[in-house]
Amino acid sequence: MSVPASWYLVLAAVLFGIGVYGFLTKRSVITMLMCVELMLNAVNLTFVTYARTLSDISGQTIVFFVMVVAAAEVTVGLGITVAVFRRRRTTSVDELTEMRG
Amino acid sequence: MLALTTTWPDLLVFITAAALIVVGALGVISLTNPVHSALSLIITLFGVALSFLEQSADFLAAVEIIVYAGAIVVLILFVIMYLGVDRHPHDEVEPLVGQRVFAALGALVTVGGIITLMAKSHWVTGVMSASMNGTSLSSGQGEITQLGQSVFTTYLVAFEVTAALLIIAVLGAVQLARRDRESEVEQ
Repeated sequence: MSVPASWYLVLAAVLFGIGVYGFLTKRSVITMLMCVELMLNAVNLTFVTYARTLSDISGQTIVFFVMVVAAAEVTVGLGITVAVFRRRRTTSVDELTEMRG
Repeated sequence: MLALTTTWPDLLVFITAAALIVVGALGVISLTNPVHSALSLIITLFGVALSFLEQSADFLAAVEIIVYAGAIVVLILFVIMYLGVDRHPHDEVEPLVGQRVFAALGALVTVGGIITLMAKSHWVTGVMSASMNGTSLSSGQGEITQLGQSVFTTYLVAFEVTAALLIIAVLGAVQLARRDRESEVEQ
């Protein structure tokens, strides 16, 4: 018998919370992207835990798709970061304030 | 109660994975150098892969290492080193008053809410999925076989859409990161 599923769920919730805190406090776009990865991994962990608990392979399939979308998201996000850095010489979200109303 | 149903190797694996995940995640948000943050993210990813292995998701554990630690983090590291953005970290300034306090509060409320919701809805003894069309994890088949069958039958449309999504993302990234010749001339 493996470790109870609730332990993994609590671990995933803690990981998600750390990701949320980092996303809300960091200034660099790249570090914020890494915090998004933390949150995505927390959700993946939850999916895999439920796939084991409920004996349903669909949970693992969803994780597969989440990984694909995460790869696409990082690719586009870093592309935008590079493009912004070329024009503005910064990746700090505090200095990119042109779009506020 | 828990110790009766859990053997100590499983417990040891869980503790190792949890330590890797939490230490790595705290490193991501506390280290000021982005390169160190990215390396710390790899620690977290290895912890997640370890917990995938423990829960009989072998294929996903391998993909986690290959795609996340092997591709995504390396891409992030490339961009960090290409831009050289770690020269002037901005994390010390605080333009929004009390942002850290509110962020910590929000994170705590999020975690507490998630845990409360899961605890109230019988998280350990959940019912079987209603859409489970014969694909059970414990049917003796290999886990990769089942995953492949699930991807190419039930989720075939989603699979094709993600293929298109990847192509679009690659094209978009190339277009975004390409140097614009005319604007270079203007400068």
